[in-house]
Amino acid sequence: MSELHHIGLTALAAGLRERRYSSVELVQAFLKRIEASQGALNAFISVTREAALAEAAAADRILASGTGGALTGVPIAHKDLFCTRGVRTTCGSRMLENFVSPYDATVVAKLRQAGAVMLGKTNMDEFAMGSSNETSYFGPVRNPWDVGLVPGGSSGGSAAAVAARLVPGATATDTGGSIRQPAALCGITGLKPTYGRVSRYGMVAFASSLDQGGTLTASAADAALMLRAMAGFDPHDSTSVEREVPDYVAQLEQPLAGLKVGLLKEFFDTGLDPQNERCVREALEVFEGLGARLIEVSLPNLPLSVPVYYVVAPAECSSNLARYDGVRFGHRCEKPRDLQDLYRRSRGEGFGAEVKRRIMTGTYVLSAGYYDAYYLKAQRVRQLISADFTRAFAQVDVLMGPTTPTAAFALGAKTSDPITMYLNDIYTIGANLAGLPAASVPCGFAGKLPVGLQIVGPHFSEARVLAAAHGLQRATDWHTRIPAGYA
Amino acid sequence: MALTREQIESIAALARLELTGAELPVYQQSLSSILEFVGALERADTASVTPMAHPLPGLSQRLRPDEVTEQDHHSEYQQNAPQVTAGLYLVPKVIE
Amino acid sequence: MSAWETVIGLEIHAQLATRSKIFSGSATAYGAPPNTQANLVDLGYPGVLPVLNGAAVRMAVKLGLAINARIAPSSVFARKNYFYPDLPKGYQISQYELPIVAQGSLEIALEDGQVKRVGITRAHLEEDAGKSLHEGLPGVSGIDLNRAGTPLVEIVSEPELRSAKEAVAYMKKVHTLVRYLEICDGNMQEGSFRCDANVSVRRTGSETFGTRAEIKNLNSFRFVERAINYEVARQIELLESGGKVVQETRLYDPDKGETRSMRSKEEANDYRYFPDPDLLPVVLDAALIESVRATLPELPDQKAARFARDYGLSAYDAAVLTVSRELADYYEAVLRAAPKDPKLAANWVMGELAGALNKESLEIGASRMSAQRLAGLLARIGDATISGKLAKEVFEAMWSEDSDADRVIEERGLKQITDSGAIERAIDEVMQKNPGQLAEYRAGKDKLFGFFVGQVMKATGGKANPAQLNDLLRRKLSA
Repeated sequence: MSELHHIGLTALAAGLRERRYSSVELVQAFLKRIEASQGALNAFISVTREAALAEAAAADRILASGTGGALTGVPIAHKDLFCTRGVRTTCGSRMLENFVSPYDATVVAKLRQAGAVMLGKTNMDEFAMGSSNETSYFGPVRNPWDVGLVPGGSSGGSAAAVAARLVPGATATDTGGSIRQPAALCGITGLKPTYGRVSRYGMVAFASSLDQGGTLTASAADAALMLRAMAGFDPHDSTSVEREVPDYVAQLEQPLAGLKVGLLKEFFDTGLDPQNERCVREALEVFEGLGARLIEVSLPNLPLSVPVYYVVAPAECSSNLARYDGVRFGHRCEKPRDLQDLYRRSRGEGFGAEVKRRIMTGTYVLSAGYYDAYYLKAQRVRQLISADFTRAFAQVDVLMGPTTPTAAFALGAKTSDPITMYLNDIYTIGANLAGLPAASVPCGFAGKLPVGLQIVGPHFSEARVLAAAHGLQRATDWHTRIPAGYA
Repeated sequence: MALTREQIESIAALARLELTGAELPVYQQSLSSILEFVGALERADTASVTPMAHPLPGLSQRLRPDEVTEQDHHSEYQQNAPQVTAGLYLVPKVIE
Repeated sequence: MSAWETVIGLEIHAQLATRSKIFSGSATAYGAPPNTQANLVDLGYPGVLPVLNGAAVRMAVKLGLAINARIAPSSVFARKNYFYPDLPKGYQISQYELPIVAQGSLEIALEDGQVKRVGITRAHLEEDAGKSLHEGLPGVSGIDLNRAGTPLVEIVSEPELRSAKEAVAYMKKVHTLVRYLEICDGNMQEGSFRCDANVSVRRTGSETFGTRAEIKNLNSFRFVERAINYEVARQIELLESGGKVVQETRLYDPDKGETRSMRSKEEANDYRYFPDPDLLPVVLDAALIESVRATLPELPDQKAARFARDYGLSAYDAAVLTVSRELADYYEAVLRAAPKDPKLAANWVMGELAGALNKESLEIGASRMSAQRLAGLLARIGDATISGKLAKEVFEAMWSEDSDADRVIEERGLKQITDSGAIERAIDEVMQKNPGQLAEYRAGKDKLFGFFVGQVMKATGGKANPAQLNDLLRRKLSA
């Protein structure tokens, strides 16, 4: 029983089908681990013990009848940005501290339909704004590799939970790197699909043209299994793409010989920590060994991706978060003097500093007189960056490079200056601007801390991105490492 | 791009965010530095470039059929509301 | 020639008659209990997303075609950001830089009979807000979001209207048109058709525009006219006394008959429009546009022109009869049954019938007198069974007794007397009984003719055929 947490998602699903263990056993084991870890890691905001056990029991009945789905009985967690019916959905914010969602996000419904059992809602940076999970109203999440360090953000809770093997898989979201960066800092596999691949309905909006729901798992194979269940057209989401979902699992073993791997000149710059660079280059050698060809490419406008992001994302969020006004749900201030007081104090109290910062930035860049110079300008540069990627993909099949400039950093180390924090996303943001699928996979250690390799593909090339990641994971064992204390 | 105190107050008012006297200069500082940072965009030559509103090009809005698909769940939904009476959401009196 | 010229532009918001809302599948029916037609999308819950109603798009295209406008092959929804309790998301989804319809026009008939073409700058799709209720709620306002998300088309005219009367004529024309097209029920009491008026004045001959005030939410033709007239007078007085017109939003108070500034809103709203990232561009291909074009009915102007031409009606009468499709159809149904005299039919539909309907506040669709029945009455006038004057009495009886012309005429013995002999006898009797007036008439007091007509009519119970009576009376009196 104590080794169950070493078994990845895919193997657990198979083991359940083969009745080697029951879902209830699994759920109990993982719940125990979660509860034991909360003090140290704080990865969860809500643990839905009773419901999970009930779902597990129901799953066991289905498994006994032999009619289960791909994930029947498998325990997972959802980032607290996904609406879950009847369960508190806080988005890491005081604003929604007691908000119980009356509906399920499409992603939640789809995974439920595939048979997955939810153990709880994971901690996150408030409203998905952050790169270290230090802005949560519910306290920071800590990195299981070293609890004095951040796990990354905004999906820090899901990442820590998977890294510490508290769940075999968790959903997460990525707007500027919020899946990939914590995956890198926590030594696990994170996948952000193509924009429009996974439904955003019920995934509380931060920046609508950038947000995408994805997976955090211990391996690419597990990611493929989860993505296959999550992806697909949703009529409730106008930006959801009507396109068949490939069998990502079946395509994991596609041969990598001849794969043209682009190395972005702009990624290997002075900001990259030498240890991170070493790990990444070693992983690239593995790919060469598998038959891939490394080709240097340049995306000249890419260095502007962080400024573009910090205009576009705040702009969209300033509008998306206007609905939090204390009227129909969410935090309301005590004894409002008048309507304006209701708005100002409810929002002033309900939102944390980073959220307020971004709302105000966004309000400014959209305002009269500044719209052209900031917002429109940023959208034009976005077009340039996107065109750079398109040109690159005419020459190569995937792009690879570091996910982050450094390994995990100390809690509080980067909170004094927002820009320092923003620069953590320097390698990841481009894929969001262009809507491209991108993954981060473990590729070594900088001292005792994990390092991530980023793989970016053209639109809807998740199968190839996952296959490349899987290829690395067949040739190396970085992804099997578990932090001390959680092994 | 240094913002004045008045500008911060005006932005906070537009965004309906109450800021304390102590908070104001902090946001003034951080917003100014963010705007300074994103000012780098000016360098880019975007003369004949269309702004990119959606990351996937060439897509158009799907039209849904004109059908009533929703039922009344207001009692359930209003359990989340801070103040409700006779089915109405209440706010401090609005005077036009 | 006045020293001042009035400049008016109207923004009309028409609720589209779709079954469901523009971005959600909630019902749009009027009058439901509060918040029973507001789903999670309408309520702006965390995580919800808009999906566009195809019928709303088609209705906007239909309008655009009917006003000869350009239909945008690609149009974009934009967010208009502001805080108000009836706006759940804190932004309204509207269209800004790229509306679905642009540069159309409508013709209106001026009082002197001239036709004026009024430009329509644009028409765009947007969602309606909810409602705030203030009555009976001390210290608080109650928000009902049933209306939030109802599709609207906002129709913006060029500032080409030069008087309150022109504004009303334009507004009525738009009202007629949207009802013809069956894209809006035009029910102003229920708020399906609302008008904001942008009003300014300038010195006659000036080419620049004066500062304008916007008068919001005018929901009757009468209010529009009065509000504009008041506002124009207010602005002129202000300017003539050396003051300045402030650009502001005003409300019309129908009880006081004046416009007043809306209680100080926060400093002028900066709406921060930007394209809504949750919605993709609305791309309309030729096939869709043509399929909508195929559903266009005969438009009001076309119908009025046809009526004038085919039925010999004046432009004014044709316009009145075609103010709604129902009324025009009714009139033509009357003609089908009684084709002889279209002008007579027009007079009766616009006169007696309209009067009877108005008295009971009925629309033509609720008329108790069918077109066939009315035609029956007209036929009896046409064949001189009854006189025009008595026909009114017959009409009233038909209306209240739910009866037909022949029955009423029979029952009340109202058949016209066309027998010359009988009329002559009646004349003779009257002449005999009124020797004095007879003598005066023959001596030259011509206006006594009317007296004799009246007396003969009285004697015959109003049934003498007037033409024959006149003819015979004249002969006998002059004899």
